[in-house]
Amino acid sequence: MIFWTLVVDGVVNGAIYALLAIGLVLVFVVTRVILLPQGVYMSFAALTLSQFQRGNVPGTAGLLLALGLAAFVIDLLRSRVTRAWLMRRVASDLALPAIMYALVTWLVPLRPNMAIQIVLTLALITPLGPYLYRLAFQPLEQASVLTLLIASVGVHIALTVLGLVFFGPEGFLANPLSSAHFEAAGIVISGQSAIMVAVSLVIMVLLWLLFDRTLIGKAMRAVAVNRVGARLVGIPISQAGEITFALASFIGAVSGVLIAPVSMVYYDTGFLIGLIGFVAAIIGGMGSYPLAVAGAIFVGLLQSFAAFWNSNYQQVVVFTTLIPILLLRSLRAPAVEEDE
Amino acid sequence: MSAPLLAVDRFSVAYGKVEAVRSVSLEVPAGSVVTVIGANGAGKTTLLNAMMGLLDQAGAISFEGHDLRGTRVEDRVAAGLVLVPERRELFGSLTVEDNLRLGSFRHRRHHQIGAELDKVYALFPRLRERHRQLAGTLSGGERQMLALGRALMSRPRLLMLDEPSLGLAPQIVRESFRIIADLHKSGVSILLIEQNARAALAIADHGYVMEHGEITLQGSAAELAQNPRVVESYLGLGSAR
Repeated sequence: MIFWTLVVDGVVNGAIYALLAIGLVLVFVVTRVILLPQGVYMSFAALTLSQFQRGNVPGTAGLLLALGLAAFVIDLLRSRVTRAWLMRRVASDLALPAIMYALVTWLVPLRPNMAIQIVLTLALITPLGPYLYRLAFQPLEQASVLTLLIASVGVHIALTVLGLVFFGPEGFLANPLSSAHFEAAGIVISGQSAIMVAVSLVIMVLLWLLFDRTLIGKAMRAVAVNRVGARLVGIPISQAGEITFALASFIGAVSGVLIAPVSMVYYDTGFLIGLIGFVAAIIGGMGSYPLAVAGAIFVGLLQSFAAFWNSNYQQVVVFTTLIPILLLRSLRAPAVEEDE
Repeated sequence: MSAPLLAVDRFSVAYGKVEAVRSVSLEVPAGSVVTVIGANGAGKTTLLNAMMGLLDQAGAISFEGHDLRGTRVEDRVAAGLVLVPERRELFGSLTVEDNLRLGSFRHRRHHQIGAELDKVYALFPRLRERHRQLAGTLSGGERQMLALGRALMSRPRLLMLDEPSLGLAPQIVRESFRIIADLHKSGVSILLIEQNARAALAIADHGYVMEHGEITLQGSAAELAQNPRVVESYLGLGSAR
Protein backbone atom coordinates (compact mmCIF):
# COMPACT_ATOMS: atom_id res chain seq x y z
CA MET A 1 0.00 0.00 0.00
CA ILE A 2 2.74 2.42 0.94
CA PHE A 3 4.39 1.48 -2.34
CA TRP A 4 1.47 2.76 -4.39
CA THR A 5 1.15 5.90 -2.31
CA LEU A 6 4.79 6.64 -3.05
CA VAL A 7 4.18 5.95 -6.74
CA VAL A 8 1.29 8.41 -6.83
CA ASP A 9 3.43 10.98 -5.06
CA GLY A 10 6.26 10.42 -7.47
CA VAL A 11 4.04 10.79 -10.53
CA VAL A 12 2.52 14.02 -9.20
CA ASN A 13 5.95 15.51 -8.56
CA GLY A 14 7.12 14.10 -11.86
CA ALA A 15 4.33 15.96 -13.66
CA ILE A 16 5.71 19.27 -12.38
CA TYR A 17 9.28 18.34 -13.25
CA ALA A 18 8.03 17.29 -16.68
CA LEU A 19 6.57 20.74 -17.31
CA LEU A 20 9.84 22.39 -16.32
CA ALA A 21 11.87 19.92 -18.39
CA ILE A 22 9.68 20.54 -21.45
CA GLY A 23 10.18 24.29 -21.06
CA LEU A 24 13.94 23.81 -20.84
CA VAL A 25 14.14 21.53 -23.89
CA LEU A 26 11.90 23.84 -25.88
CA VAL A 27 14.01 26.91 -25.18
CA PHE A 28 17.25 25.05 -25.73
CA VAL A 29 16.45 23.55 -29.12
CA VAL A 30 15.06 26.78 -30.56
CA THR A 31 17.44 29.35 -29.05
CA ARG A 32 20.33 27.22 -27.63
CA VAL A 33 19.83 28.93 -24.27
CA ILE A 34 19.96 26.74 -21.16
CA LEU A 35 17.27 28.62 -19.31
CA LEU A 36 18.21 28.52 -15.64
CA PRO A 37 15.49 31.06 -14.74
CA GLN A 38 12.83 28.54 -15.81
CA GLY A 39 12.43 27.66 -12.11
CA VAL A 40 12.29 31.36 -11.19
CA TYR A 41 9.14 31.79 -13.29
CA MET A 42 7.72 29.04 -11.15
CA SER A 43 8.52 30.65 -7.79
CA PHE A 44 7.44 34.06 -9.08
CA ALA A 45 4.08 32.64 -10.15
CA ALA A 46 3.57 30.74 -6.90
CA LEU A 47 4.48 33.74 -4.77
CA THR A 48 2.45 36.14 -6.89
CA LEU A 49 -0.60 33.92 -6.41
CA SER A 50 0.01 33.78 -2.67
CA GLN A 51 0.27 37.57 -2.52
CA PHE A 52 -3.00 37.93 -4.44
CA GLN A 53 -4.66 35.69 -1.89
CA ARG A 54 -3.40 37.97 0.86
CA GLY A 55 -4.76 40.98 -0.99
CA ASN A 56 -1.31 42.42 -1.79
CA VAL A 57 -0.04 43.74 -5.10
CA PRO A 58 3.17 41.78 -5.70
CA GLY A 59 6.44 43.31 -6.94
CA THR A 60 6.17 41.27 -10.14
CA ALA A 61 3.58 43.77 -11.42
CA GLY A 62 6.16 46.55 -11.22
CA LEU A 63 8.80 44.26 -12.71
CA LEU A 64 6.59 43.72 -15.74
CA LEU A 65 6.34 47.48 -16.27
CA ALA A 66 10.08 47.97 -15.90
CA LEU A 67 11.08 45.09 -18.20
CA GLY A 68 8.54 46.14 -20.83
CA LEU A 69 9.91 49.66 -20.83
CA ALA A 70 13.52 48.43 -20.96
CA ALA A 71 12.79 46.07 -23.85
CA PHE A 72 11.04 48.88 -25.70
CA VAL A 73 13.93 51.31 -25.26
CA ILE A 74 16.59 48.78 -26.23
CA ASP A 75 14.68 47.82 -29.37
CA LEU A 76 14.06 51.44 -30.22
CA LEU A 77 17.82 51.96 -30.28
CA ARG A 78 18.69 49.04 -32.49
CA SER A 79 15.75 48.47 -34.87
CA ARG A 80 14.69 50.23 -38.00
CA VAL A 81 11.70 52.06 -36.60
CA THR A 82 8.67 51.85 -38.86
CA ARG A 83 5.12 52.79 -38.10
CA ALA A 84 3.97 49.16 -37.90
CA TRP A 85 6.90 48.34 -35.64
CA LEU A 86 6.08 51.22 -33.33
CA MET A 87 2.39 50.28 -33.09
CA ARG A 88 3.21 46.68 -32.29
CA ARG A 89 5.89 47.47 -29.73
CA VAL A 90 3.93 50.18 -27.97
CA ALA A 91 1.10 47.66 -27.59
CA SER A 92 3.27 44.76 -26.44
CA ASP A 93 5.84 46.60 -24.32
CA LEU A 94 4.05 49.61 -22.87
CA ALA A 95 0.29 49.14 -23.09
CA LEU A 96 0.18 45.48 -22.03
CA PRO A 97 2.21 45.91 -18.81
CA ALA A 98 0.34 49.13 -18.00
CA ILE A 99 -3.02 47.42 -18.41
CA MET A 100 -1.88 44.44 -16.34
CA TYR A 101 -0.56 46.73 -13.63
CA ALA A 102 -3.81 48.69 -13.52
CA LEU A 103 -5.90 45.51 -13.48
CA VAL A 104 -3.88 44.01 -10.66
CA THR A 105 -3.92 47.12 -8.46
CA TRP A 106 -7.65 47.49 -9.05
CA LEU A 107 -8.79 43.89 -8.71
CA VAL A 108 -6.55 42.40 -6.06
CA PRO A 109 -7.75 44.48 -3.07
CA LEU A 110 -11.31 43.41 -4.04
CA ARG A 111 -10.32 39.78 -3.31
CA PRO A 112 -11.47 38.20 -6.57
CA ASN A 113 -12.10 34.47 -6.75
CA MET A 114 -9.43 31.86 -7.36
CA ALA A 115 -9.96 31.61 -11.14
CA ILE A 116 -9.36 35.33 -11.61
CA GLN A 117 -6.31 35.20 -9.35
CA ILE A 118 -4.84 32.42 -11.46
CA VAL A 119 -5.53 34.18 -14.75
CA LEU A 120 -3.93 37.36 -13.41
CA THR A 121 -0.90 35.41 -12.23
CA LEU A 122 -0.39 33.74 -15.61
CA ALA A 123 -0.89 37.04 -17.45
CA LEU A 124 1.63 38.75 -15.18
CA ILE A 125 4.39 36.13 -15.40
CA THR A 126 4.14 35.00 -19.04
CA PRO A 127 5.26 38.28 -20.69
CA LEU A 128 8.41 38.30 -18.54
CA GLY A 129 9.86 35.57 -20.81
CA PRO A 130 9.83 37.47 -24.10
CA TYR A 131 11.05 40.68 -22.44
CA LEU A 132 13.98 38.84 -20.88
CA TYR A 133 14.75 37.23 -24.22
CA ARG A 134 14.90 40.58 -25.96
CA LEU A 135 16.96 42.20 -23.22
CA ALA A 136 19.47 39.46 -22.49
CA PHE A 137 19.53 36.83 -25.22
CA GLN A 138 18.52 38.29 -28.56
CA PRO A 139 21.60 40.55 -28.71
CA LEU A 140 23.66 37.35 -28.30
CA GLU A 141 21.84 35.45 -31.05
CA GLN A 142 25.10 34.50 -32.77
CA ALA A 143 26.98 33.69 -29.56
CA SER A 144 28.10 30.25 -28.43
CA VAL A 145 26.09 28.03 -26.10
CA LEU A 146 28.57 28.81 -23.32
CA THR A 147 28.16 32.58 -23.68
CA LEU A 148 24.40 32.14 -23.64
CA LEU A 149 24.67 30.00 -20.51
CA ILE A 150 26.68 32.70 -18.75
CA ALA A 151 24.04 35.26 -19.71
CA SER A 152 21.45 32.85 -18.37
CA VAL A 153 23.28 32.61 -15.03
CA GLY A 154 23.33 36.41 -14.87
CA VAL A 155 19.60 36.69 -15.55
CA HIS A 156 18.95 33.98 -12.98
CA ILE A 157 20.90 35.74 -10.23
CA ALA A 158 19.25 39.08 -11.00
CA LEU A 159 15.79 37.56 -10.86
CA THR A 160 16.49 35.63 -7.66
CA VAL A 161 17.66 38.80 -5.94
CA LEU A 162 14.57 40.63 -7.17
CA GLY A 163 12.51 37.74 -5.81
CA LEU A 164 14.01 38.36 -2.37
CA VAL A 165 13.23 42.06 -2.64
CA PHE A 166 9.65 41.45 -3.79
CA PHE A 167 8.62 38.61 -1.52
CA GLY A 168 11.05 38.64 1.39
CA PRO A 169 12.76 35.58 2.82
CA GLU A 170 9.60 33.87 4.15
CA GLY A 171 7.90 31.02 2.39
CA PHE A 172 4.25 31.10 1.37
CA LEU A 173 1.62 28.47 0.83
CA ALA A 174 -1.41 29.21 -1.37
CA ASN A 175 -4.94 27.91 -0.86
CA PRO A 176 -5.55 24.53 -2.53
CA LEU A 177 -7.09 24.45 -6.00
CA SER A 178 -9.45 21.73 -4.87
CA SER A 179 -10.19 20.27 -1.47
CA ALA A 180 -11.75 17.09 -2.85
CA HIS A 181 -10.33 13.69 -2.05
CA PHE A 182 -11.09 10.39 -3.59
CA GLU A 183 -10.01 6.87 -3.02
CA ALA A 184 -9.01 4.34 -5.62
CA ALA A 185 -7.99 0.81 -4.62
CA GLY A 186 -7.25 1.93 -1.12
CA ILE A 187 -5.02 4.84 -2.06
CA VAL A 188 -6.19 8.34 -1.24
CA ILE A 189 -5.66 10.79 -4.07
CA SER A 190 -6.26 14.47 -3.46
CA GLY A 191 -8.13 16.62 -5.95
CA GLN A 192 -5.08 18.86 -6.02
CA SER A 193 -2.85 15.98 -7.21
CA ALA A 194 -5.36 14.99 -9.87
CA ILE A 195 -5.48 18.59 -11.12
CA MET A 196 -1.68 18.77 -11.24
CA VAL A 197 -1.39 15.68 -13.39
CA ALA A 198 -4.35 16.60 -15.59
CA VAL A 199 -3.14 20.14 -16.27
CA SER A 200 0.35 18.87 -17.11
CA LEU A 201 -1.15 16.40 -19.56
CA VAL A 202 -3.31 19.08 -21.17
CA ILE A 203 -0.29 21.33 -21.65
CA MET A 204 1.70 18.52 -23.21
CA VAL A 205 -1.13 17.75 -25.64
CA LEU A 206 -1.49 21.43 -26.54
CA LEU A 207 2.24 21.72 -27.20
CA TRP A 208 2.14 18.60 -29.34
CA LEU A 209 -0.74 20.06 -31.36
CA LEU A 210 1.15 23.33 -31.78
CA PHE A 211 4.35 21.70 -32.99
CA ASP A 212 2.77 18.95 -35.06
CA ARG A 213 -0.27 20.63 -36.57
CA THR A 214 0.43 24.32 -37.14
CA LEU A 215 2.81 26.05 -39.54
CA ILE A 216 4.01 28.40 -36.80
CA GLY A 217 4.91 25.41 -34.63
CA LYS A 218 6.67 23.74 -37.54
CA ALA A 219 8.54 26.97 -38.24
CA MET A 220 9.80 26.86 -34.65
CA ARG A 221 10.92 23.27 -35.14
CA ALA A 222 12.60 24.36 -38.36
CA VAL A 223 14.56 26.98 -36.42
CA ALA A 224 15.58 24.23 -34.01
CA VAL A 225 16.82 21.80 -36.67
CA ASN A 226 18.43 24.23 -39.08
CA ARG A 227 18.80 27.90 -38.28
CA VAL A 228 20.35 28.85 -41.60
CA GLY A 229 17.61 27.02 -43.51
CA ALA A 230 14.98 28.70 -41.37
CA ARG A 231 16.38 32.14 -42.10
CA LEU A 232 16.53 31.33 -45.82
CA VAL A 233 12.80 30.62 -45.98
CA GLY A 234 12.17 33.89 -44.17
CA ILE A 235 11.36 32.67 -40.67
CA PRO A 236 12.26 35.51 -38.29
CA ILE A 237 14.60 33.81 -35.83
CA SER A 238 14.21 36.40 -33.10
CA GLN A 239 10.43 36.19 -33.23
CA ALA A 240 10.68 32.42 -32.91
CA GLY A 241 12.86 33.04 -29.87
CA GLU A 242 10.32 35.40 -28.37
CA ILE A 243 7.47 32.93 -28.84
CA THR A 244 9.58 30.14 -27.34
CA PHE A 245 10.42 32.23 -24.30
CA ALA A 246 6.75 33.14 -23.91
CA LEU A 247 5.80 29.46 -23.99
CA ALA A 248 8.50 28.66 -21.46
CA SER A 249 7.46 31.38 -19.04
CA PHE A 250 3.82 30.37 -19.46
CA ILE A 251 4.68 26.75 -18.67
CA GLY A 252 6.77 27.92 -15.71
CA ALA A 253 3.90 30.07 -14.45
CA VAL A 254 1.45 27.17 -14.74
CA SER A 255 3.76 24.91 -12.78
CA GLY A 256 4.05 27.65 -10.14
CA VAL A 257 0.27 27.89 -9.82
CA LEU A 258 0.07 24.11 -9.51
CA ILE A 259 2.78 23.82 -6.87
CA ALA A 260 1.84 26.89 -4.79
CA PRO A 261 -0.81 25.06 -2.69
CA VAL A 262 1.20 21.89 -2.03
CA SER A 263 4.65 23.11 -1.21
CA MET A 264 5.98 26.04 0.77
CA VAL A 265 7.57 28.28 -1.87
CA TYR A 266 10.42 30.68 -1.06
CA TYR A 267 11.95 33.24 -3.40
CA ASP A 268 14.68 30.75 -4.35
CA THR A 269 12.69 27.51 -4.36
CA GLY A 270 12.48 27.58 -8.14
CA PHE A 271 16.20 27.07 -8.52
CA LEU A 272 16.23 23.64 -6.89
CA ILE A 273 13.07 22.46 -8.65
CA GLY A 274 14.37 23.93 -11.91
CA LEU A 275 17.59 21.96 -11.47
CA ILE A 276 15.62 18.78 -11.00
CA GLY A 277 13.73 19.63 -14.18
CA PHE A 278 17.13 20.10 -15.79
CA VAL A 279 18.20 16.62 -14.69
CA ALA A 280 15.04 15.27 -16.36
CA ALA A 281 15.79 17.23 -19.53
CA ILE A 282 19.36 15.87 -19.54
CA ILE A 283 18.02 12.32 -19.31
CA GLY A 284 16.26 13.16 -22.56
CA GLY A 285 19.51 14.54 -24.01
CA MET A 286 18.12 18.13 -24.04
CA GLY A 287 16.46 17.28 -27.32
CA SER A 288 13.57 14.90 -26.87
CA TYR A 289 10.26 15.82 -25.25
CA PRO A 290 8.99 12.26 -24.60
CA LEU A 291 12.33 11.26 -23.07
CA ALA A 292 12.35 14.41 -20.95
CA VAL A 293 8.87 13.58 -19.66
CA ALA A 294 9.90 10.00 -18.95
CA GLY A 295 13.01 11.33 -17.22
CA ALA A 296 10.87 13.67 -15.13
CA ILE A 297 8.55 10.87 -13.99
CA PHE A 298 11.60 8.74 -13.22
CA VAL A 299 13.15 11.52 -11.14
CA GLY A 300 9.81 12.12 -9.40
CA LEU A 301 9.54 8.44 -8.44
CA LEU A 302 13.16 8.29 -7.38
CA GLN A 303 12.69 11.32 -5.17
CA SER A 304 9.53 10.04 -3.58
CA PHE A 305 11.12 6.68 -2.72
CA ALA A 306 14.34 8.32 -1.56
CA ALA A 307 12.35 10.65 0.67
CA PHE A 308 10.60 7.67 2.25
CA TRP A 309 13.88 5.83 2.73
CA ASN A 310 15.73 8.78 4.20
CA SER A 311 14.41 12.27 3.62
CA ASN A 312 17.80 13.89 4.29
CA TYR A 313 19.19 12.21 1.23
CA GLN A 314 16.40 12.76 -1.27
CA GLN A 315 18.16 15.52 -3.25
CA VAL A 316 21.49 13.74 -2.97
CA VAL A 317 19.99 10.65 -4.57
CA VAL A 318 18.39 12.66 -7.38
CA PHE A 319 21.52 14.57 -8.31
CA THR A 320 23.81 11.57 -7.90
CA THR A 321 21.84 9.67 -10.53
CA LEU A 322 22.85 12.40 -12.94
CA ILE A 323 26.43 11.12 -12.94
CA PRO A 324 25.82 7.64 -14.38
CA ILE A 325 23.24 9.07 -16.77
CA LEU A 326 25.69 11.65 -18.11
CA LEU A 327 28.36 8.97 -18.41
CA LEU A 328 26.02 6.69 -20.30
CA ARG A 329 24.89 9.45 -22.63
CA SER A 330 28.43 10.56 -23.35
CA LEU A 331 29.25 7.01 -24.41
CA ARG A 332 26.17 6.46 -26.51
CA ALA A 333 25.20 9.74 -28.09
CA PRO A 334 27.53 11.46 -30.52
CA ALA A 335 28.42 14.94 -29.37
CA VAL A 336 25.83 17.41 -30.63
CA GLU A 337 27.69 19.58 -33.07
CA GLU A 338 27.50 23.32 -32.82
CA ASP A 339 26.05 24.89 -35.89
CA GLU A 340 28.42 26.50 -38.38
CA MET B 1 19.90 46.26 -71.36
CA SER B 2 16.74 46.70 -69.28
CA ALA B 3 16.86 48.04 -65.69
CA PRO B 4 18.57 45.50 -63.47
CA LEU B 5 16.53 43.36 -61.10
CA LEU B 6 19.48 43.07 -58.75
CA ALA B 7 22.37 45.49 -58.63
CA VAL B 8 25.37 45.16 -56.38
CA ASP B 9 27.90 47.95 -56.26
CA ARG B 10 31.38 47.87 -54.69
CA PHE B 11 30.28 45.12 -52.39
CA SER B 12 32.73 43.79 -49.78
CA VAL B 13 32.49 41.08 -47.16
CA ALA B 14 35.07 40.39 -44.48
CA TYR B 15 35.55 37.56 -42.02
CA GLY B 16 37.34 39.42 -39.26
CA LYS B 17 40.30 41.05 -41.01
CA VAL B 18 40.21 38.79 -44.04
CA GLU B 19 38.29 40.25 -46.94
CA ALA B 20 36.66 37.33 -48.74
CA VAL B 21 34.84 39.53 -51.23
CA ARG B 22 36.46 42.77 -52.39
CA SER B 23 34.55 45.55 -54.06
CA VAL B 24 32.42 43.38 -56.32
CA SER B 25 29.95 45.04 -58.66
CA LEU B 26 27.47 43.02 -60.64
CA GLU B 27 24.00 43.20 -62.12
CA VAL B 28 21.26 40.73 -62.90
CA PRO B 29 18.85 42.11 -65.53
CA ALA B 30 15.21 41.05 -65.12
CA GLY B 31 14.45 37.83 -66.95
CA SER B 32 18.05 36.76 -67.44
CA VAL B 33 20.36 34.02 -66.26
CA VAL B 34 23.63 35.34 -64.92
CA THR B 35 26.45 33.10 -63.74
CA VAL B 36 29.46 33.70 -61.57
CA ILE B 37 32.18 31.15 -62.21
CA GLY B 38 35.43 30.70 -60.37
CA ALA B 39 37.59 28.26 -58.50
CA ASN B 40 36.87 26.82 -55.10
CA GLY B 41 37.51 29.47 -52.45
CA ALA B 42 37.20 32.43 -54.80
CA GLY B 43 34.48 33.91 -52.56
CA LYS B 44 31.40 33.00 -54.62
CA THR B 45 29.45 31.43 -51.77
CA THR B 46 30.39 34.28 -49.45
CA LEU B 47 29.11 36.73 -52.05
CA LEU B 48 25.73 34.97 -52.30
CA ASN B 49 25.32 34.60 -48.54
CA ALA B 50 26.05 38.28 -48.05
CA MET B 51 23.61 39.30 -50.78
CA MET B 52 21.01 37.21 -48.97
CA GLY B 53 21.75 39.10 -45.76
CA LEU B 54 23.30 36.18 -43.87
CA LEU B 55 26.65 37.98 -43.51
CA ASP B 56 27.60 41.54 -42.69
CA GLN B 57 28.53 43.49 -45.78
CA ALA B 58 29.76 46.82 -47.00
CA GLY B 59 28.67 48.47 -50.23
CA ALA B 60 25.38 48.97 -52.02
CA ILE B 61 22.78 46.37 -52.95
CA SER B 62 19.41 47.08 -54.50
CA PHE B 63 16.62 44.82 -55.67
CA GLU B 64 13.96 46.10 -58.07
CA GLY B 65 15.23 49.58 -57.29
CA HIS B 66 14.76 49.16 -53.51
CA ASP B 67 17.78 49.66 -51.32
CA LEU B 68 18.40 46.46 -49.37
CA ARG B 69 21.16 47.80 -47.12
CA GLY B 70 20.50 46.98 -43.48
CA THR B 71 17.47 44.79 -44.21
CA ARG B 72 17.10 41.37 -42.62
CA VAL B 73 17.09 38.04 -44.38
CA GLU B 74 13.34 37.64 -43.93
CA ASP B 75 12.69 41.00 -45.61
CA ARG B 76 14.83 39.99 -48.57
CA VAL B 77 12.98 36.69 -48.87
CA ALA B 78 9.67 38.55 -48.76
CA ALA B 79 10.93 40.82 -51.55
CA GLY B 80 11.56 37.77 -53.74
CA LEU B 81 15.28 37.20 -53.30
CA VAL B 82 15.66 33.49 -52.64
CA LEU B 83 18.79 31.40 -52.17
CA VAL B 84 19.29 27.68 -52.65
CA PRO B 85 22.45 27.23 -50.60
CA GLU B 86 25.33 24.93 -51.36
CA ARG B 87 24.57 22.78 -48.31
CA ARG B 88 20.82 22.77 -49.09
CA GLU B 89 20.02 23.49 -45.40
CA LEU B 90 16.87 21.36 -45.31
CA PHE B 91 14.87 20.58 -42.18
CA GLY B 92 15.97 16.98 -41.73
CA SER B 93 13.54 15.94 -39.01
CA LEU B 94 10.50 17.40 -40.79
CA THR B 95 8.64 15.75 -43.66
CA VAL B 96 9.20 16.64 -47.30
CA GLU B 97 5.81 18.33 -47.42
CA ASP B 98 6.47 20.37 -44.28
CA ASN B 99 9.78 21.51 -45.77
CA LEU B 100 7.92 22.71 -48.85
CA ARG B 101 5.15 24.38 -46.84
CA LEU B 102 7.75 26.21 -44.76
CA GLY B 103 9.14 27.54 -48.04
CA SER B 104 5.92 29.54 -48.28
CA PHE B 105 6.21 30.78 -44.69
CA ARG B 106 6.28 34.41 -45.81
CA HIS B 107 3.09 33.91 -47.80
CA ARG B 108 1.36 31.69 -45.27
CA ARG B 109 -1.77 33.82 -45.16
CA HIS B 110 -2.43 33.41 -48.88
CA HIS B 111 -4.80 30.80 -50.15
CA GLN B 112 -3.06 29.44 -53.24
CA ILE B 113 -0.43 27.52 -51.32
CA GLY B 114 -2.09 24.20 -52.16
CA ALA B 115 -1.94 25.05 -55.86
CA GLU B 116 1.72 26.06 -55.59
CA LEU B 117 2.48 22.84 -53.80
CA ASP B 118 0.87 20.95 -56.69
CA LYS B 119 3.04 22.87 -59.17
CA VAL B 120 6.18 21.88 -57.31
CA TYR B 121 5.03 18.27 -57.16
CA ALA B 122 4.34 18.39 -60.90
CA LEU B 123 7.89 19.60 -61.46
CA PHE B 124 9.36 16.99 -59.09
CA PRO B 125 7.07 13.92 -59.08
CA ARG B 126 9.63 12.21 -56.89
CA LEU B 127 8.85 14.62 -54.06
CA ARG B 128 5.15 13.82 -54.26
CA GLU B 129 5.93 10.12 -53.85
CA ARG B 130 7.96 10.91 -50.75
CA HIS B 131 5.90 13.73 -49.30
CA ARG B 132 5.42 12.04 -45.93
CA GLN B 133 9.05 10.95 -45.63
CA LEU B 134 11.49 12.87 -43.42
CA ALA B 135 13.78 15.16 -45.42
CA GLY B 136 16.81 13.70 -43.68
CA THR B 137 16.20 10.31 -45.31
CA LEU B 138 16.38 11.59 -48.90
CA SER B 139 19.18 10.84 -51.37
CA GLY B 140 21.48 13.60 -52.62
CA GLY B 141 19.51 14.19 -55.80
CA GLU B 142 16.21 14.25 -53.95
CA ARG B 143 17.60 16.73 -51.45
CA GLN B 144 18.57 18.99 -54.30
CA MET B 145 15.04 18.73 -55.72
CA LEU B 146 13.57 19.49 -52.30
CA ALA B 147 15.87 22.50 -51.83
CA LEU B 148 14.79 23.82 -55.25
CA GLY B 149 11.14 23.06 -54.54
CA ARG B 150 11.28 24.78 -51.17
CA ALA B 151 12.87 27.83 -52.80
CA LEU B 152 10.11 27.91 -55.44
CA MET B 153 7.49 27.89 -52.68
CA SER B 154 9.01 31.21 -51.53
CA ARG B 155 7.86 32.76 -54.87
CA PRO B 156 11.28 33.90 -56.03
CA ARG B 157 11.71 36.80 -58.40
CA LEU B 158 15.42 36.12 -58.39
CA LEU B 159 16.56 32.60 -57.62
CA MET B 160 20.17 32.37 -56.48
CA LEU B 161 21.65 28.91 -56.87
CA ASP B 162 24.87 27.99 -55.13
CA GLU B 163 26.57 25.02 -56.79
CA PRO B 164 23.40 23.14 -57.73
CA SER B 165 25.48 20.38 -59.30
CA LEU B 166 27.75 19.81 -56.33
CA GLY B 167 28.00 16.18 -55.30
CA LEU B 168 25.38 14.95 -57.76
CA ALA B 169 25.57 12.15 -60.32
CA PRO B 170 26.00 13.39 -63.93
CA GLN B 171 22.50 12.35 -64.91
CA ILE B 172 21.00 14.33 -62.04
CA VAL B 173 23.21 17.30 -62.92
CA ARG B 174 21.75 17.31 -66.43
CA GLU B 175 18.27 17.03 -64.95
CA SER B 176 18.97 19.96 -62.61
CA PHE B 177 20.16 22.18 -65.43
CA ARG B 178 17.11 21.25 -67.50
CA ILE B 179 14.88 22.31 -64.60
CA ILE B 180 16.82 25.55 -64.14
CA ALA B 181 16.32 26.32 -67.82
CA ASP B 182 12.58 25.58 -67.46
CA LEU B 183 12.31 27.87 -64.46
CA HIS B 184 13.97 30.61 -66.43
CA LYS B 185 11.45 30.14 -69.24
CA SER B 186 8.63 30.45 -66.72
CA GLY B 187 9.88 33.96 -65.87
CA VAL B 188 12.20 33.55 -62.88
CA SER B 189 15.51 35.38 -63.10
CA ILE B 190 18.49 33.32 -62.03
CA LEU B 191 21.89 33.98 -60.53
CA LEU B 192 23.91 30.80 -60.80
CA ILE B 193 27.16 29.97 -59.11
CA GLU B 194 29.01 26.99 -60.47
CA GLN B 195 32.32 25.26 -60.66
CA ASN B 196 30.97 23.40 -63.65
CA ALA B 197 31.65 26.42 -65.86
CA ARG B 198 30.80 24.67 -69.13
CA ALA B 199 27.24 23.83 -68.04
CA ALA B 200 26.79 27.23 -66.43
CA LEU B 201 27.90 29.23 -69.47
CA ALA B 202 25.71 27.04 -71.67
CA ILE B 203 22.50 28.28 -70.05
CA ALA B 204 23.58 31.76 -68.95
CA ASP B 205 23.13 35.05 -70.80
CA HIS B 206 25.89 36.84 -68.99
CA GLY B 207 28.83 35.72 -66.92
CA TYR B 208 31.33 36.98 -64.36
CA VAL B 209 34.61 35.35 -63.43
CA MET B 210 35.58 35.63 -59.79
CA GLU B 211 39.15 35.13 -58.53
CA HIS B 212 40.43 35.73 -55.02
CA GLY B 213 37.37 37.69 -54.00
CA GLU B 214 37.32 39.98 -57.01
CA ILE B 215 35.55 40.04 -60.38
CA THR B 216 38.36 39.77 -62.92
CA LEU B 217 36.41 39.26 -66.12
CA GLN B 218 32.88 39.69 -67.37
CA GLY B 219 30.96 39.48 -70.58
CA SER B 220 28.21 37.68 -72.40
CA ALA B 221 28.25 33.95 -71.80
CA ALA B 222 29.15 33.31 -75.42
CA GLU B 223 32.15 35.68 -75.25
CA LEU B 224 33.37 34.18 -72.03
CA ALA B 225 33.13 30.67 -73.43
CA GLN B 226 35.55 31.81 -76.21
CA ASN B 227 37.88 33.77 -73.96
CA PRO B 228 41.29 32.06 -73.91
CA ARG B 229 41.79 32.71 -70.21
CA VAL B 230 38.43 31.19 -69.35
CA VAL B 231 39.01 28.26 -71.68
CA GLU B 232 42.38 27.58 -70.13
CA SER B 233 41.38 27.96 -66.45
CA TYR B 234 37.80 26.78 -66.37
CA LEU B 235 36.87 24.94 -69.54
CA GLY B 236 40.09 23.25 -70.59
CA LEU B 237 41.29 19.80 -69.69
CA GLY B 238 42.86 21.20 -66.54
CA SER B 239 39.49 21.88 -65.04
CA ALA B 240 38.11 18.36 -65.24
CA ARG B 241 37.01 18.32 -61.64
